[in-house]
Amino acid sequence: MSTLPAKAKVVVIGAGIVGNSVAYHLAKLGWTDIVQIDKGPLPNPGGSTGHASNFIFPVDHTKEMSELTLDSMRQYKEFGVFVESGGIEVARTPERMQEFHRRMQSARSFGIDHSSLLTPAEVKAIVPYIDESIILGGFQTTSAGVVDSLRMGTLMREDAMEKGALTVSSNTEVLDIVVEDDRIKSVVTDKGEIDCEYVVIATGCWGPKLAAMAGVSIPLTPAVHQMKDIGPVPMFLNAKSDIEYPVVRDMDTNMYERQHGTGLEIGSYAHRPILYKVEDIPSNAEAALSPTEFPFTQEDFDLQDEHALELMPDIVGDESIGEKYAINGLLSLVPDGMPILGEAPHVKGLWSASAVWVKEGPGVGRAIAEDMVLGVSEIDFHGEEYSRFQDFQLSHEYIQARCSEGFNKMYGIVHPSEQWESLRGVRVSPFYEREKALGAFFFEAGGMERPQWYQANAPLVEKFGDAVMPRTAEWESRWWSPIINAEHLQLRETCAIADLTAFVIFDVTGPKALDVVQKTVVRQMDVAPGKTIYTPVLAANGGFKADLTVMRLGKNHFRVVTGGAHGMADKKAFANNLPADGTAHISDLTSGMTTIGVWGPNARKVLESITSDDVSNEGFPFATCRLIEIGNIRVLASRISYVGELGWELYLPVETGLALWDKIWEAGQPHGLIAAGAGATVGTGRLEKSYRAYGNELETSYNMVEAGMVFPKVKDQDFVGKEAYVAHRSVEPITILCSLFIDDHTSSTGEKRFPLGWEPVVTRAGELLIDAKGRRSFANSAGSAPSLGKHVIMSYLPPEYAKVGQGLAIEYMGDRFPCTVAVVGSKPLFDPDNERVRS
Amino acid sequence: MDIAVCVKRVPLVGSTFILNDDSMSIDTSRIGATLSPHEENAVEAAVRLIEAHGGSITLFSVGSAESLEQLREQLAIGADRAVLIETDGAEVDSQAAAAMLAQAINQDATSFDLILLGSESVDSGGYQTGIRISHALGLPVVTNVKGLSCEQGTATCERAVGTSREVYEVNLPAVITVLDGLNIPRYPSVPGRIKARKKPIDQVTITIPAPTSVRTSLRVPVSTSKGATNLGSGQEAAKALIDVFKQIGVMQ
Repeated sequence: MSTLPAKAKVVVIGAGIVGNSVAYHLAKLGWTDIVQIDKGPLPNPGGSTGHASNFIFPVDHTKEMSELTLDSMRQYKEFGVFVESGGIEVARTPERMQEFHRRMQSARSFGIDHSSLLTPAEVKAIVPYIDESIILGGFQTTSAGVVDSLRMGTLMREDAMEKGALTVSSNTEVLDIVVEDDRIKSVVTDKGEIDCEYVVIATGCWGPKLAAMAGVSIPLTPAVHQMKDIGPVPMFLNAKSDIEYPVVRDMDTNMYERQHGTGLEIGSYAHRPILYKVEDIPSNAEAALSPTEFPFTQEDFDLQDEHALELMPDIVGDESIGEKYAINGLLSLVPDGMPILGEAPHVKGLWSASAVWVKEGPGVGRAIAEDMVLGVSEIDFHGEEYSRFQDFQLSHEYIQARCSEGFNKMYGIVHPSEQWESLRGVRVSPFYEREKALGAFFFEAGGMERPQWYQANAPLVEKFGDAVMPRTAEWESRWWSPIINAEHLQLRETCAIADLTAFVIFDVTGPKALDVVQKTVVRQMDVAPGKTIYTPVLAANGGFKADLTVMRLGKNHFRVVTGGAHGMADKKAFANNLPADGTAHISDLTSGMTTIGVWGPNARKVLESITSDDVSNEGFPFATCRLIEIGNIRVLASRISYVGELGWELYLPVETGLALWDKIWEAGQPHGLIAAGAGATVGTGRLEKSYRAYGNELETSYNMVEAGMVFPKVKDQDFVGKEAYVAHRSVEPITILCSLFIDDHTSSTGEKRFPLGWEPVVTRAGELLIDAKGRRSFANSAGSAPSLGKHVIMSYLPPEYAKVGQGLAIEYMGDRFPCTVAVVGSKPLFDPDNERVRS
Repeated sequence: MDIAVCVKRVPLVGSTFILNDDSMSIDTSRIGATLSPHEENAVEAAVRLIEAHGGSITLFSVGSAESLEQLREQLAIGADRAVLIETDGAEVDSQAAAAMLAQAINQDATSFDLILLGSESVDSGGYQTGIRISHALGLPVVTNVKGLSCEQGTATCERAVGTSREVYEVNLPAVITVLDGLNIPRYPSVPGRIKARKKPIDQVTITIPAPTSVRTSLRVPVSTSKGATNLGSGQEAAKALIDVFKQIGVMQ
């Protein structure tokens, strides 16, 4: 029996697949002083790993999740616990067949070369017990497989213990996590206290309970996933191993079936969401089975029984085959459906590796360990970062509502722009009522209601005619309107007002504020007060952590403005560099400030008519900011634009926002001002200006040189990622971000189609483009460039293809559409010399 | 033959019992429910008899509406219909339960040839419901049965007594209570589940007779089991294992 040391570098809590992977990778990266504890016994402490179905389908529409899964598969193979059974998703509806084309796209974009579409007869040939008459086809991934996640965990622990790096203590309950001065100090257990620098919470659905001990939140909820195992199946009686047939996912019924030895396992995500509170989970001793295996509730599975019977009547319809085992197994759900990875926003040294599935467990373990030890992980996980949540997203009701809504989308056909339905209309801007009156169609941006377009602008569609690039195909018309492109064209012609309240805004102040900002961002921040600077924020490897604007408002006062979706993580990037002595601090103004954008050729005329301050080009040049007075409202105005037009972002206290909106609206009418939604002001406007977007073009996998964003000089001051950035500047890039136009939109059925992003960019002959680091070319963004009458793709291309005029193609919905490189690097497609923005 | 089987919904407990604050009942909020194992044997015995002889199986249960879950489960195994004598979930002692079950069986349209029960329920363990039903209905009773067959109006019952067996023959109708070991209960099949959803369950109300014994409180006995002990691994564990073998007397 191991005894607990009094001191360790890191305490990993949890011995499921995730905790084991984190401990293993920390040891592999050289940490020698790791303690891992679990309240349950080993090798199966009773968490979700113990009842996982253990199959892996690698194809996912999210790049990070695909990469984490592929990396996990590689690791499972390395440890010899992966069986490549293959997997088939079957379609019962035409919509699902279209979705399979999308899955082919994601497979090819994100590196899965073992996928193909099957006819019903081909599915039947591989899975003889299926009734092929009820399906329309299949999507096969031959590299899919089944793992032994418990064995994997044991091997990983053993490896770390053999290195002398790991002490494991099972049946050890955490009683408290002690935090001092916002830093981890120790972990108190029923077997003693361990002083440590780091704690990793890898406890799956117990995460919220552990987080609360440290005074923070991990916004997940335990939820039920039902499964039953029936058997013995006569057809499987001679099975020599656990898995000899491909795993089948019956996508349209939200179910899966897999052979498991002599049995057939039937699982479902189709039942009503059954959410628990973490306090409802019994202890190991109290549980009849394991703590995460709740008694099966048959009434929730009645319909699923019938669906399984339809698909596999020969097995499921056999009355001699009994249900040997059926559980309501607990898993973890998160409001946005993504894992919760990384360091806690407010406690240094507290890390979460939560809401992670068996399929991505080892990859997550490696990514977290790399981030902890090296400061950056090879696989970017920006969409999964712990620090992404805003305060309102931590409420119990929010978690319950969004997790309930998300649960049944597990196998759903989810459109990339799909909006949530629950708890809408709660976080609204001061202009909300005005926007509603204009027929705003709201999207959620960082949890705020933000107009995507306005129905009131429908007449503009008629005005601009075919220039709005109308779409006929349902998929790309969904969550889209030609009004977006009409608003775009009108903005470029006259001017528009935009609601930018979703911005995350925070101030960095104090005697050492400059040092903090310098250390965080790439560009020189020791500038005169009144300058607005757009700058990337880098990771240690020189990849992108964020891009944002910083205004210097005073000697010791900087204001950072960044996007709502990822702004909380951006704030953490600054917070990481705060001095311990309190000589600089960050104050979040997000909920106190509102922002209005006024852009377009007539923007100055509008502003001039309501302010006596000098807003001429000489008096208020581009990339500067200062206070102006509009009537009795004092507004911080910054001359900057994400749409590439003359104009300002106006920041002011939220309570005066509506008054300013009304003043601008009224003053704008003689100048043709419209309200423009984010579809134009965040979407199309930036695309034709070749402005990069974080999360699309910008992430830690790409560097500044590759993104074509090299600034003339590197500042003398140190900043995160500087060394890597300097190194990148001295070598030729192996991939270059380019903008391409689609030459012909006509599909094989004669319909015009418009890719939406993440599709593979290939040669005209259909060959994948893969750079020297193995990265593939795909559409990081795709969308309309209405002023050019073109549909634009941004894509990283290997240098041999990154040439203006190079013919390539994009794969979309089963067809290949020719496209041509229009710009290499960041030169704008529209107004290439930036005359408008500086006019 | 027509068989009645009496079953009772009971908590599905782990190794530790949690009582509610008033110590009057088990906290079932985090655990599930099941049937007593002996009752599953009783249903299985009934299903086998019907498979051999034809006839019907009717389930009877006293309990809250939640008991429908257990009744559906046994309908999926092969029972034909069920009668739930619905209560508000309050504790019903063995005497009252027996009286209610006897009344329901008596007033049922079917005249039963055989009434099967588990020898006792896993939660209250009174061992008396079957005997009291037989008394109320004026029928013979054989208890703790581990072997059962029926031919021409006679049931042959085996009971384990020490290392030998007692064999009884009893004329039907009769009440028989069974123990585990009688058979291995089958699992429900998916088609069985689907059929079970269409099988009738009558919900009837019968006044609960005044209790003759009243629960004053529950107490969880102190567990003496230490659970599993890790003796080590590999060769070094051998000595520890030998010590244990000596301790329990399987080695000298």
